[in-house]
Amino acid sequence: MEKEGLGLEITELRLGLPGGSAPILVDKNEKKRVFSDISDDHENSSTDWKLTQTKNQVVGWPPVCSYRRKNSFHEKDRLETSKMYVKVSMDGAPFLRKVDLSMHEGYSDLAVALEKLFDCFGIGEALKDAENSEQVPIYEDKDGDWMLVGDVPWEMFFESCKRLRIMKRSEAKGFGLQPKGSHKGNSKDVAK
Amino acid sequence: MMMGSSFPEEVLEHVFSFIERDKDRNAISTVCQSWYEIERWSRRRVFVGNCYAVSPLILIKRFPDVRCLELKGKPHFADFNLVPEGWGAYVSPWIAAASTAYPWLEEIRLKRMVISDDSLELISKSFKNFKVLVLSSCEGFSTEGLAAIAANCRNLRELDLRESEVEDLNQSSGHWLSHFPDNYTSLVSLNIACLNSEVSFTALERLVGRCPNLRTLRLNRAVPLDRLAILLRRAPQLVELGTGEASDLRPDVFSNLSGAFSGCKELKSLSGFWDVAPGYLPVVYPICPRLTSLNLSYAATIQSSDLIKLVSQCHNLQKLWVLDYIEDLGLEALSASCKDLRELRVFPSEPFGVEPNVLLTEQGLVSVSEGCPKLHSVLYFCRQMSNDALRTIARNRPNMTRFRLCIIEPRTPDYLNHQSLDVGFGAIVEHCKDLRRLSLSGLLTDRVFEYIGTYGKKLEMLSVAFAGDSDLGLHHVLSGCENLRKLEIRDCPFGDKALLANAAKLETMRSLWMSSCSVSFGACKLLGQKMPRLNVEVIDERGPPGSRPESCPVEKLYIYRTISGQRFDMPGFVWTKDENSALGLS
Repeated sequence: MEKEGLGLEITELRLGLPGGSAPILVDKNEKKRVFSDISDDHENSSTDWKLTQTKNQVVGWPPVCSYRRKNSFHEKDRLETSKMYVKVSMDGAPFLRKVDLSMHEGYSDLAVALEKLFDCFGIGEALKDAENSEQVPIYEDKDGDWMLVGDVPWEMFFESCKRLRIMKRSEAKGFGLQPKGSHKGNSKDVAK
Repeated sequence: MMMGSSFPEEVLEHVFSFIERDKDRNAISTVCQSWYEIERWSRRRVFVGNCYAVSPLILIKRFPDVRCLELKGKPHFADFNLVPEGWGAYVSPWIAAASTAYPWLEEIRLKRMVISDDSLELISKSFKNFKVLVLSSCEGFSTEGLAAIAANCRNLRELDLRESEVEDLNQSSGHWLSHFPDNYTSLVSLNIACLNSEVSFTALERLVGRCPNLRTLRLNRAVPLDRLAILLRRAPQLVELGTGEASDLRPDVFSNLSGAFSGCKELKSLSGFWDVAPGYLPVVYPICPRLTSLNLSYAATIQSSDLIKLVSQCHNLQKLWVLDYIEDLGLEALSASCKDLRELRVFPSEPFGVEPNVLLTEQGLVSVSEGCPKLHSVLYFCRQMSNDALRTIARNRPNMTRFRLCIIEPRTPDYLNHQSLDVGFGAIVEHCKDLRRLSLSGLLTDRVFEYIGTYGKKLEMLSVAFAGDSDLGLHHVLSGCENLRKLEIRDCPFGDKALLANAAKLETMRSLWMSSCSVSFGACKLLGQKMPRLNVEVIDERGPPGSRPESCPVEKLYIYRTISGQRFDMPGFVWTKDENSALGLS
């Protein structure tokens, strides 16, 4: 991401990240555009996080710890807490993160989560317009190949994604990404 | 004139070596400069209740020769999925620092922290005398990390994975258990109950067979009963055992197991019992009289009558964890048979069911409070409660130190008179003068907090959910509970006033958690600015608080005291006061 002039954005409220990398300042209007772009199929993101699979259920209540829920006899309880964690790395970020794919309903949902996790923008845009965005979200699939996120239907991605990486556009050239629209999934089906 | 100058240092050091409790050591370190120096050089055991309260550097600077390190990370409510993934509690900076500063480190105990395989490998290679690794509710590592521990820690005594989340990686190099060298024989305690995948049984059997000092063995689900019998015959000296799965009832397995158990004369603690066919239970009857600890809280296949038969034989039982299948009748039997009971936890078999599925009410708890004079620690999930019952329990058990009651439906009133449960809990805090931990539930007004503030003078930890009417409630607690260390609150109408009025109190506590309350971002910023020794962290996944009015309540709030300033590893959804400071200025 291009760094904006530092003087302008002092009054902008933003996340404080003391030490570490220099802050990436973003024009507030640009932020808004990104959020609204990807939020059209995703109305109430905050309440969706608390989506319940059974009626009456509130997050974390009753206070049965997640380990106990996972190991409980009842399949229903177990499934509720079954997670699909994949590691996410972002070029330039000091820490690896994990994201639970089962918590997301689609690519735009995931994009929002990734943007929050790394406090960056443009992932949602990258999904729509991969050629021109600065961030390139890619994932490693079961065969060990690196693919562009958004190439295949969500369900297929969910099944095959082993880990995620948010790459810089400059690194992406020559990385060996599978070409867009290579329809790996389909070819596998045919081969069967 | 220094007080210490009349004794040689060695004498003082020797005297201090008998003083173990942190509180006492902290006290003696304040006597004078030379005592401070001697104490800090001789402190071997350090407990850090919040890994962000102090930095590794500060710790090492003060205590240069620590042998046992215990750290806690995420707030307690992380157990209930209230803390988003990626929040923090990474142990790697601690391990990195300790690897050079504490070559003689022997013990590491972590709770609710994230530890990587790299850190595990570093541990295994940095500390020649490493003996104890306890990972309680931790995550971030895999069996590869465990392989490194197994391979390199020649003096390992204890490997306890408690309720951690461990990734299982298929290793071509073989199962991690087989990485313990053939000449490794010092294992005393192994807890792998949380591992989901199969363990190499050959490796396990050989390990158990060659470690004569093994006293604790908690197996995972995947170890079947016939294999258990083999292990018990190899290790009849076991004191604590956790079984694996046991779903098929087979007569040959039954008799084999019976024989094996009869050889275990030292067994005092049992756990596991996943999917146990009740027909197997008689296998443990001979050991019941010796049992002091029994954890049946994962035994979803054992119903009331079998539970009664079992506990009625456990006359020396001190600790029981069980599902609500035990029902009121079973708890009555418990109170008649187990006069030495100290701790009871009753977990819900169907926490998300709307209707009760078992005959467990407040009566069960009342029975136990009547029949068990030493009962002092309770965790009880139920669906109905009355002020009368709570009053009775309070009068029966003034020695109660930990009382956690969870009435499953939020805001449930007294089922007899439909009033709030204020007076019932009031009776608990009034009569139980040594109460250190309390969890509330049911319909509660600000009144209950007035009682808590008035009587809860020894209270150290309070958990509150769906309770109270106004800021007054929070104010009562913060201003009245002198020994409060941890306060966790969710879904209560507490806002800015009580928090800001009691800002100074927060520096005397380890931490405060508030989620789904009414604290505004503006108040959080103000608090963060006024109190430099507090980290005020707003957890909000809706995006920058700046995009909403300052009066807008935050989703979650975690405030803790610290001497090491803001942390450097905050994820994108954690916001602090620095959001508003001029970061551009250096």
